Amino acid sequence: MGMELHAEQSDYAEMENVEISDTMLFYHVRGALKSAVEGDPDKYKQLVTVMGPDECLVPEKVALMVTCLKALSGSVSCLDIVHHQSLISSILKMSMWNYGTDVMDALMELVISLATFSGQYVDLCLEMLVSNFMPPDSFISLLNQSRGILRKGQVIHHVHKTLIFIAELVPLSPLRLERIITERMPHIFTKEPLILIYVENMLKLESGEIGDRVGRTMLLAIMDRLIDLDVDIAWDDILQEDFTKGIFDMELEDLEGPVDVGQQDGDELRISWMERYFSGNLNAQKLDSLMVLTFEHLNFCKESGRLRQVFDTLLQSFQQTVLTAYKSKFAQFVLFYACSLDPENCGRRFADTLFHKFKTSRYPEWRMSAVAYLASYLARAKFLPISFVAEYLESLLEWCSIYCSNQSGGINPKAHKEFYAAFQAMMYVLCFRMRSVLAVPHIRSRISKHIEDILRHPLSPLMVCLPSIVEEFLRLAKVTRLDVPDNFVSSNLLESELSMAFGGRERLDMFFPFDPCLLMRSDRFIRPNFVYWSMVRSSYDNDEDDDEGTSDEDEIEICTAGKGMNIANDGAARSYDQDLDEFDNEMSKMSITPKVAQWFGGELRTDMQMPSRIRPCPDSL
Amino acid sequence: MEALKECCANIVVYLHPSKAKKVEASVYRQLSSLLFKFNESLDGVVLTYEPKFSSNLAKILPGIHPYFGVRFEAKLLLFHPKPDMLLEGEVVKVGQQSIHIIVLGFSSAVIADEDIREDFKYKIKHGKEVFVSRSHKKHRIKVGTTLRFSVKNFDEEILHICGSLVPSNTGSIQWLETKAEESQAYSITEKRIGNKRAAELLEPANIVSYRKKLKSENHIKKSRRSKSRDS
Repeated sequence: MGMELHAEQSDYAEMENVEISDTMLFYHVRGALKSAVEGDPDKYKQLVTVMGPDECLVPEKVALMVTCLKALSGSVSCLDIVHHQSLISSILKMSMWNYGTDVMDALMELVISLATFSGQYVDLCLEMLVSNFMPPDSFISLLNQSRGILRKGQVIHHVHKTLIFIAELVPLSPLRLERIITERMPHIFTKEPLILIYVENMLKLESGEIGDRVGRTMLLAIMDRLIDLDVDIAWDDILQEDFTKGIFDMELEDLEGPVDVGQQDGDELRISWMERYFSGNLNAQKLDSLMVLTFEHLNFCKESGRLRQVFDTLLQSFQQTVLTAYKSKFAQFVLFYACSLDPENCGRRFADTLFHKFKTSRYPEWRMSAVAYLASYLARAKFLPISFVAEYLESLLEWCSIYCSNQSGGINPKAHKEFYAAFQAMMYVLCFRMRSVLAVPHIRSRISKHIEDILRHPLSPLMVCLPSIVEEFLRLAKVTRLDVPDNFVSSNLLESELSMAFGGRERLDMFFPFDPCLLMRSDRFIRPNFVYWSMVRSSYDNDEDDDEGTSDEDEIEICTAGKGMNIANDGAARSYDQDLDEFDNEMSKMSITPKVAQWFGGELRTDMQMPSRIRPCPDSL
Repeated sequence: MEALKECCANIVVYLHPSKAKKVEASVYRQLSSLLFKFNESLDGVVLTYEPKFSSNLAKILPGIHPYFGVRFEAKLLLFHPKPDMLLEGEVVKVGQQSIHIIVLGFSSAVIADEDIREDFKYKIKHGKEVFVSRSHKKHRIKVGTTLRFSVKNFDEEILHICGSLVPSNTGSIQWLETKAEESQAYSITEKRIGNKRAAELLEPANIVSYRKKLKSENHIKKSRRSKSRDS
């Protein structure tokens, strides 16, 4: 191997004629470093020039760089952080994204030598590696090209290999690494490709060889960033000017006109609406992409048998940040998806945690949030066995019964807001699951007795809870022949003053966290395990028809103990595509999710009746 | 191994009032935050702790949040490497310019080539990098060797040790122990040889002759005494 330290182009030709062994090269570089300390910086300056940034990377320059990097790897003992500051700074500023694999190899070798040689270089080297998680701005446009994808793979491979190597030689380096990664994590306003690639690196670390040491911090940091993005998207952003300004839509009548829209039109409309919505909201797009990354990672964890371990961290993060955030809209679907991957363990633990939080939390708002999460989860999770749902319904009812037995006063929404939240949660779950739950005789009798006792109590939950839910609950109770006192007067309102009072300023009375996910790409993961209101509602509607005419022999919602809930539509098996088509139509029903009139027919209905009430879905009638 | 010491420390931990119900768990939590970090007041890195509560009384600090100070005694195991101390660790990487070691599973140490005594020569044998002693061919340092080295300096921030193999009592522990055993065995052999020479003198034949000699001496003495008595 030959080498000539002079960087000038004129010297390259000379270099070819000079044969220097590796050992001589090391001595040469060491000599340059030592002479800089002794006050003769000429050779040292040449070395710094070689390592400096250069727009034009001719092969000779690359060869010289590789040679110098290798020589420096063998001379780290001669480096002095004060005297050779400019050289160290030049090396650590190098971006691997700008070089080929030969330079990457040599650079990583040097970084390992530096980091393992002295404690003072550890943080600097780790920071350099973390900065290589993201490409320079000039490279972003290449990320979608094959060349960019190839380079991305090479850089990620080299960076992670180096981090693992350093961790093997410096066992405490992962502790420093997790601090550096969380501190340098891009904020929510960073460009989407950059934040995506950074999180991709974090997830790779989580599942990698040092994942047992840094993985937990990575997941917590990612969940925190998801929440940051989530809370940055206000409902006002979702509801653009066209969309009746901030009204939570539960109206179904609006669907009457365009129910016969074709499936392909439905898809197109849905996509066009999503595009329209997302085009104005970059943070929603970022959140969607990050959630997809997280879902894919959870899938990978399941395949590698690590889901339970990862779920522990997710659950902790949920309790610390998601549950305590004000009306999180999307981030909670990470938990929902993890539960769907392992309903037996994760699914149960999530519900256990929520119920425990509801019973024991110190803050009423957290308790109300927890029970709202529980209700929404039990109602929407298709993968939960009906026996499991019934178990929690009974627990909720028992809690409500005990609460009632300890109270003697009358209606007071503010004082008893946890009670009203719990009873509303119970009604909400029953709206979705009533037929399946009541199909089991002993459960039916127990639930029926509890409900009757609670409804006859002076606290009068039916007067306080959201009228729209109460009305739907009573209607379904009538259909399923559940004995409930029928003294409720339909107000035809979505909400009432009393419900607003118990919901408080935060409007936790109208918090249903697992309403259909509005993020288009994330929805692909959630949809197969999600119960849409139309899927449930159509069965009751048929039942109502049957009541009027023949018998209810066409049981549509079938309870299969231990295997979750089987829901068919109109006696026919629903295909995934059909579900997808109906996504637009159904995601607003029995939900607080804003509904978009344009999905159907493309015409904006400016005369929407709000607040509205739940009515039978037209396409299921 | 040097650099490990046990000490008893009188500690006061100030806890938030919300932790009043679980004082012990909170104290353990506080103590665990000391682990694997250099503590200047203790002058070392805490490796283990064992608190002992002698009283259930705590001093409440006045203020908006009335923190309370829990006083207890803790037995601590500290790691405090100082220059010239001898440490032991496992070699994890051998290179021409350095040997990398991990001490007690958490502290990294490096010995630069200039701190490796000239007796050691860098070689690549069967594709593996080793340092072999020129004077004792069996004295080798390779990945997996448990190495004894002396401390040059200690980075308290990252717990990184700069070591040296210059002192003659450093090197592969296996070899050093074998050498020590051999020298011990040699000294035992020497002693045995010494004893053997002594025993040889006590052999029956010698004893007889010696006895005879003694007898004759005694006899002479006796005769002298008898002579004197006689006289």
